[in-house]
Amino acid sequence: MTIDWQYFVEVLPHYKTALWLTVKLAAIGILFAIVVGMICSVIQYFKVKVLNQIVQVYLEVARNTPLLIQLFFLYYGLPKIGITLSGELCGIIGLTFLGGSYMAEVFRAGMEAVSKSQIETGKAIGLSNLQLMRYVIIPQAFSYSVPGFGANCIFLIKETSVFSGIAILELTNTTKNLMGIYYKTNEALLMLVIGYLIILLPLTLFLTWLERRVRHAEFGN
Amino acid sequence: MLNSGISVLFEGTNFLRLLEGLFETLRVALIAVVISIVMGIIIGIIRTSKNKLVQIPFRIYLELFRIIPILVWLFVIYYIVPANFGLELSSELVALIVFSLWGAAEISDIVRGAIISLPKHQVESSKALGLGVVQMYRYVLIPQATKRSIPPMINLITRMIKTTALLTMIGFVEVIKVGQQIINVNNLEHPTVSFWIYGFIFFLYFCICFPLSRFSRKLEQKWAT
Repeated sequence: MTIDWQYFVEVLPHYKTALWLTVKLAAIGILFAIVVGMICSVIQYFKVKVLNQIVQVYLEVARNTPLLIQLFFLYYGLPKIGITLSGELCGIIGLTFLGGSYMAEVFRAGMEAVSKSQIETGKAIGLSNLQLMRYVIIPQAFSYSVPGFGANCIFLIKETSVFSGIAILELTNTTKNLMGIYYKTNEALLMLVIGYLIILLPLTLFLTWLERRVRHAEFGN
Repeated sequence: MLNSGISVLFEGTNFLRLLEGLFETLRVALIAVVISIVMGIIIGIIRTSKNKLVQIPFRIYLELFRIIPILVWLFVIYYIVPANFGLELSSELVALIVFSLWGAAEISDIVRGAIISLPKHQVESSKALGLGVVQMYRYVLIPQATKRSIPPMINLITRMIKTTALLTMIGFVEVIKVGQQIINVNNLEHPTVSFWIYGFIFFLYFCICFPLSRFSRKLEQKWAT
């Protein structure tokens, strides 16, 4: 296995752009996924009529289909019926669609982990629903949700590699293109792995640390 | 306009070809799942050891598969091995290698988690009863750990089936590739064909994964203690 170190310097700018795009798309996708997830989890927690059923269907569809097919459908299927979206927009929509369902699951589980007796106590001392949410449920649900939330973020960042299927020049697709042009397979793939490690390794370590920190908020500790 | 695309789905052998593609996908997933379960259980039991020299290498192995996307793993094995070691690997074999290694890593973590989450008094009580190590595993630990690990394992299988969609990117002829071939042939005549074909594949994946995730949730509720 021979590695041409000079080549790294040459293609570094390509990887920098790609890395940045990966981070950007993932961040936007995760942000929207959090919003969608919160809305869905609140609807599920309070079992809002009709909306609850719609959310249920959405969760099942999003969780049980591959992202690649969701993206292909958005990117190649929809233009045929008159809806044309740019690749990046498709990527963000796809990531939000998928991520929202995973986030909803985690947030809902977090809220349900808050014991019934606390909610009853809160009501007994005269808290309104909003106050109950603000002072009792959310602070605890937050700390319960952190591990799952972190796992979801990492999962969603990794899923951006699938974007290479719809011609977005993120890390994986850039690597594929460079391999096609220069035939420097070893170098290109090594750069790709390093690229993901640069994003995900610090994040993994940070999340592990955060998980330990927020445990203080749990009831009984 | 819209209807012309859907007719392609039922033209000639298109429908059957898509199902055949799906079958290929599932075959690879199934073989990988069987290998992963066997390897995962063995590694999982080894990983309950308290020896750091045993723990650390397996931990690194697991984290590598957690941090690096599966698509990247597929590319790495698919391009690196033939170029450097002169081995011819079919895309199917690459898929099996990556999926088995990934599955084994994840299952080992499930199995390990299930075993170490069992209360300590279970081990102590079985020792007090005079059970040997084999008997303790056979009658006390394994039955309980199984119940805890089966629902997450089914979830992992669902995830693996979903991930097989990526195999189209290393040229494995599965359901999406077949779909693309059908689209390429019919695109000029029926412009909406890609909408229907991708929509149909979407539906196929859902039909397979939905019952599985339902089943795992049912088991989880049933075995909840």
